[in-house]
Amino acid sequence: MGTQSCINIQKEWDIVGARQLGRDIAKKIGFGTVDQARIATAVSELARNIYLYADSGKVCFEAIETIDKKGISMIAIDSGPGISDISLVMQDGYSTSRGLGAGLPGVKRLMDEFDLISEKEQGTEVKTIKWLR
Amino acid sequence: MRIPILKLYNYLLISIQTEIDDQTAIQFQEDLLDKIHKSGTSGVVIDLTSVEIIDSFIAKVLGDVVTMSDLMGAKVVLTGIQPAVAMTLVDLGIHLTGVATALDLEQGLIKLHQELGE
Ligand SMILES: Nc1ncnc2c1ncn2[C@@H]1O[C@H](COP(=O)(O)OP(=O)(O)O)[C@@H](O)[C@H]1O
Ligand SMILES: [Mg+2]
Repeated sequence: MGTQSCINIQKEWDIVGARQLGRDIAKKIGFGTVDQARIATAVSELARNIYLYADSGKVCFEAIETIDKKGISMIAIDSGPGISDISLVMQDGYSTSRGLGAGLPGVKRLMDEFDLISEKEQGTEVKTIKWLR
Repeated sequence: MRIPILKLYNYLLISIQTEIDDQTAIQFQEDLLDKIHKSGTSGVVIDLTSVEIIDSFIAKVLGDVVTMSDLMGAKVVLTGIQPAVAMTLVDLGIHLTGVATALDLEQGLIKLHQELGE
């Protein structure tokens, strides 16, 4: 396990900072350009969700390794309003902000592993992993 | 930060060279519509060759700008979308249907020229 790098999301510009950090770490781990773009896009979606719906939170990255594979773990955590109906927000096109509603279902497709844990009034945690091929 | 909009003959030309944050994207939308109105242009090329990521927010702004320009009577062609960006857009489930695209700026101008017959 590598060390974790986190970036706080408080202002809009932090979304750009988060995707740059995500891309840099992905590049260091050895991901190619297409996967770097996938990871950076996923970071951007999760960071924006924190900024829009929870005001503040953080995104953390870590290089991970098992016996036979390497990858990147990306976790987005906030203590915002939480999500009460997870299956609803995972539907393509569902948005409460007149967005495209493509963020969460998109992140699930962009990454290899996706886990959303949320408790109403407690916050939201999205854990994702992309494996190096 | 502001994205520069150039005028070339009857067309407007935009080459996005910087990392776009949300505010810059929205500012660009306003600036472009304003410029279309003032210049009376009928064609716009937005070159995305240097853009490394397009997430759902930026995709929405781009899609909206195409629709709005169209309402004002200007045709927009998006050019130079990188392969990695095209792949992530598909993963996001964003298809930008009805949006004219071309391989590069030159092809974009040719496309406008053909469609507008100017
Ligand atoms: N961190 C979060 N905290 C609370 N609600 C969230 C969070 N992330 C997403 N949501 C909810 O899920 C919906 C869908 O999110 P998403 O798929 O990213 O689409 P969009 O952001 O375009 O609305 C949002 O409109 C919002 O209601
Ligand atoms: Mg979103």
